[in-house]
Amino acid sequence: MIQFENLTKKFKRQTVLDNIDLSIGAGDRIALIGSNGAGKTTLIRCLLGEYTCEGSVTVDGVSPREDRREVLKRIGFVPQLPPPLKMPVGQLIRFAASLCDSDPAQMEHVIERMGLDPARIRKLPFVKLSGGQKQKLLIGIALGRQSDILIMDEPAANLDPEARHVFFDLLAEKQAHSAMLISSHRLDEVAALVNRVVEMDQGRVVLDDHVADDVDIDSNLHCRIELKRAEPAFNRAVEDWGFNSTEDEHVWQGIVAGPDRLRFIGFISRYTALLKSISMDEAVE
Amino acid sequence: MHLLLTAYTDILESLRARWFFVYSGIFGGIVVLLFLFGLTESRIMGFTGITRMMITYIQLSMAILPIFILITTVRSVAGDREAGVFEYLLSLPINLNSWFWGKMLGRFVVVFLPVFLALVGAIIWGVANGADVPWNIFLYYSGLLFSLSWCFLGIGMLISTLARSADVAQGAAFIVWLALILFLDLILLGVMIRESLNPDLIVAMALVNPLQVFRTAAMLLFDPQLVLLGPSAYLILDHFGEKGYLIWSLIYPVGIGTLSGWIGYSIFLRSDLP
Repeated sequence: MIQFENLTKKFKRQTVLDNIDLSIGAGDRIALIGSNGAGKTTLIRCLLGEYTCEGSVTVDGVSPREDRREVLKRIGFVPQLPPPLKMPVGQLIRFAASLCDSDPAQMEHVIERMGLDPARIRKLPFVKLSGGQKQKLLIGIALGRQSDILIMDEPAANLDPEARHVFFDLLAEKQAHSAMLISSHRLDEVAALVNRVVEMDQGRVVLDDHVADDVDIDSNLHCRIELKRAEPAFNRAVEDWGFNSTEDEHVWQGIVAGPDRLRFIGFISRYTALLKSISMDEAVE
Repeated sequence: MHLLLTAYTDILESLRARWFFVYSGIFGGIVVLLFLFGLTESRIMGFTGITRMMITYIQLSMAILPIFILITTVRSVAGDREAGVFEYLLSLPINLNSWFWGKMLGRFVVVFLPVFLALVGAIIWGVANGADVPWNIFLYYSGLLFSLSWCFLGIGMLISTLARSADVAQGAAFIVWLALILFLDLILLGVMIRESLNPDLIVAMALVNPLQVFRTAAMLLFDPQLVLLGPSAYLILDHFGEKGYLIWSLIYPVGIGTLSGWIGYSIFLRSDLP
């Protein structure tokens, strides 16, 4: 599907991508990881046809630089930093839908599923939305159109747990026939979403590994936590995960999205001294 | 289709920007001030009323319009690229052709309309107060403003494409404007006298300077012999004639703007977009 061949990108004398060979097929869900300056964003921009480069990038044999429309019609992109657009949300949706030959209602439907009310924010300038709202909107635009390649740069970083659930569900709906490239600084943020990890360092691919694909993106875990004593800081944090308490804030119950399990365990590990018991069970539909 | 969509989006984006309010306020303010200070009643070289007001307006426009267009264009276009607007919007399936020219078209509408509408406002006010409206001067000055706006917009788009940051673009725009100001006729005449340079060369330099072309054309309507311009007037009138120069001054800046825009577009096509 996507083919990078001998891809090299230099900025003046600095080599940012160094002879990259990478092949991505339908059904691949790739975590593109690496530290700052590793070349992740440059690789993504080459795939979007935004950078000139040596070597070649093709999507089913077509160059995104030479035939932008044909390639970019297939790509849904969520940037790490939302652009500071002053245009109202409604106009942005119409603009994107018009360029993508998509139905704006479909984008609004996905945005609504992400927890935003399109009617309420339609007239607000995009730049005035909160970080999380911008992220939800851009995800809605990317997933609410006909695309079989998803490129996302830290897509879930600003999302609340509820929106993350929906986001994972949306990805699950697309996973069979799409290729996904999810860029992140931290593997634990995206580990459970992907079936392949590509690590970059100083412009080179230093790891390309397939990983166990046992976690369904749209699975859920019923979780019950019992505490030795109530703790306000813990209460606030666990409420952000959508948990409810019973028995005087000593027992908390809630649902954790399957792909978020590693992140949730990371959160819980900060409060191990408070824990009396914890259980996580795969929820049965 | 995408060209018009980009132009429309750029217009709406500009209408919300602070620079647009400052820009419109300044040109609207100039007309209001000219009325307030009674310039329509004063007399210079035999001109009074709306004609006098338009002559002053066009002279003031020549002084501030180019630098305003250059700075606002390069700041917003290069600034958008720096802020990541290009990265996102150019990830959508749009032709670069539609994007670039749509942006230039949209930008042209927002830089030309306030200047033109201020002039139209003055005409409406004049008609409402029973003043004689010199329609030929109004039409010609509108054409000149159109031509000058397009010219400096094209140069601004070229600078925005070449410069990789908003600060560099702004500095370059300022230097271009300063260079054109330096080669206005009075300085040229001074250089010519001191260095005993070939007068044809000096006049040729004046003729390729769009600011000078604009200025001379604005003079020509109320001073057909170009007495104000001095000796170089003979060369200009000998080469072009009055009508020829009036046509040249409309076409030449449009050509410069289009050529600059086209060079900018060619570089844009071959360079990194964000």
